[in-house]
Amino acid sequence: MGRTAKLWVVWLLSTLLGGAVLLAAMIFGGPLRANLLIGKTTGGHHQIELACEACHTSPFGGGEVLQEACVGCHKEELAAAKDSHPLKKFRDPRNADRLAKLDATRCVTCHREHKPEITGAMGVTLPGDYCKLCHENVAKDRPSHVGATFDTCASAGCHNYHDNRALYEDFLEQHAGEPDVKEPAVVELRVQENEAIEERKPLTTVDAANAPSDKLADHAITGEWLATAHSKAGVNCAGCHAPKKKAAAEIAAAWSDHPPAAVCAACHEHEEKSFTQGKHGMRLAAGMKSQVAGLFGVFRDAPLSPMPVALARLPMSEKAEGRELTCVSCHGAHDFDTTEAQVESCTGCHADEHTKAYAGSPHDKLWRAEIAGQGPKGTGVSCATCHLPRQAIEDPETYTERIVANHNQNDSLRPNEKMIRSVCMGCHGLQFSIDALADTGLIKRNFTGRPERHIKSIEWVMDRVRKGESKGP
Amino acid sequence: MRSLSKSAALACVSGAAVLCAGAIAAVSAKGVSYEDVADMLIAVMVADRTVYTTKVVNRLTKEKVITADEHFDDKKTLPLPAQMFRFGAELAADKTDKFSYSLLSLWPVNKQNAPRTDVEKAGLEFVAKDKDAKYTAKETLGGKKYFTAVYADVAVAPVCVSCHNAHKDSPRTDFKLGDVLGGVVIRIPMTE
Repeated sequence: MGRTAKLWVVWLLSTLLGGAVLLAAMIFGGPLRANLLIGKTTGGHHQIELACEACHTSPFGGGEVLQEACVGCHKEELAAAKDSHPLKKFRDPRNADRLAKLDATRCVTCHREHKPEITGAMGVTLPGDYCKLCHENVAKDRPSHVGATFDTCASAGCHNYHDNRALYEDFLEQHAGEPDVKEPAVVELRVQENEAIEERKPLTTVDAANAPSDKLADHAITGEWLATAHSKAGVNCAGCHAPKKKAAAEIAAAWSDHPPAAVCAACHEHEEKSFTQGKHGMRLAAGMKSQVAGLFGVFRDAPLSPMPVALARLPMSEKAEGRELTCVSCHGAHDFDTTEAQVESCTGCHADEHTKAYAGSPHDKLWRAEIAGQGPKGTGVSCATCHLPRQAIEDPETYTERIVANHNQNDSLRPNEKMIRSVCMGCHGLQFSIDALADTGLIKRNFTGRPERHIKSIEWVMDRVRKGESKGP
Repeated sequence: MRSLSKSAALACVSGAAVLCAGAIAAVSAKGVSYEDVADMLIAVMVADRTVYTTKVVNRLTKEKVITADEHFDDKKTLPLPAQMFRFGAELAADKTDKFSYSLLSLWPVNKQNAPRTDVEKAGLEFVAKDKDAKYTAKETLGGKKYFTAVYADVAVAPVCVSCHNAHKDSPRTDFKLGDVLGGVVIRIPMTE
């Protein structure tokens, strides 16, 4: 074989080898995978961008595969949001001409991933005037809309494509004329308390702790435990560190110094579920892997690590460098101080303008007053009051309701009108709430001051009600 | 009391008519004709809708037990009969693409429910003039051929009339019991 032929063989083999390595990295993951991303991911998905299979559930699937993945994660929240444009509305053949222009039966029509150059607010990758395609004649029915441009429908505080629970016409009418601040100004769900699911025997002394003796040397830890709801509910050391073990020998053998989040989830199911739906915990959701098993054992399953602060795209405090997000990141390992978890745990990492402006803000003053016992319960506004709000969850088996904190911080944030009903309107009127959330400067000042923007949607509705407007198609 | 009896009678007549239409459908070894399938479907739809409207909404509203409202979740009320019908259409569409149906009107409260195709417009105008007749046609939508049937949607109970006449988005406010409010459009994809 001549030299040229040998070089050809070497070139061919190295090309094939390189291709195989890239293909394996694409399908099974591993350290090379990060280099294969086809474009910067959106703020909503970058945390899980190396778990390609989360969205691309099959290497051979097309649009249907992606659609199933979108719906798999977002179906529940869209249903809860009373989605104004559910996919099923567009299946009717009478909409075929509309679908030809804009296929609203597929999420990726509006939300294309890995396309930073065309991605706008809410991860929308369409030009902002997309509403025009179906609502071109809206000004005929709504004279108030004459002159309004279609790129302002969903960007001016009046409408959202999916969630209009606080913005629909009759709701605006019903809440017109409300005062800026209600009396009393209370977030009701923060006042309500759950009844104990079952009677538990409180543990009140260190002697009751069932940890191995060598684990009981740190009195600070046992002291913290005795002060928590855990000890008061009869949850002993082994409950978390050696679940289901009773005898001392069994506990010692099964003991784990750092129990995984799954242990917390065994009791705090709703909190864990919402945590893994939000940006803080989505990397810990089931099936999120940076590497999947395959190729005759060459690749093994590797779950994503908890979200490192270093991966955050929002400004973070230097002090938080090296930290990552699990349950105990915010709640502590033994004190589980829910007061601290509502503010200090947030400000310990987040260092954006809004967070930094919280100290001294009207909400902060109310919070300080409440925790000092100078203000009624439910009147204080912590970070968690707005971003991890309490919500009533119904047990489908017993039809009983429990109040739980929604740990998906994005559930009330994008778009921010989602928090109007669940949070703002406990204390503020609808008009004030809409105006405040439309004022980006006020948000940066953490609501210190009054809204400088005014959204006219309520005025338009009331004007329409007074005139009794109605027109034919 | 008088209006209720009248509505019940109308409902019975309406239901009986469509049930008869379904009963005499020509079923053979070759299958059922598109028109007969549409007649069978409308029989069930009208029957269910009439029962919900008269036996649930109208009765409970009249007895001041509960009302029906467009925003039934927020107001803790019953869904409107038209909403019940639409929710059923959406659920059916989740289950099968062998047919679809929708509730449209020449005087829609929601302007998205105005006719959009020539067949819808012609069908709604046809049944508005004769509520006992049906309009059928073939149409091509999105490259697919459909057998389309349009049936009158009649105000079977006082709540239908009062709601449509009072709604601020209703372009017509002079409906009476027994009037045509709109039409049910059934589409069946044609395979031949």
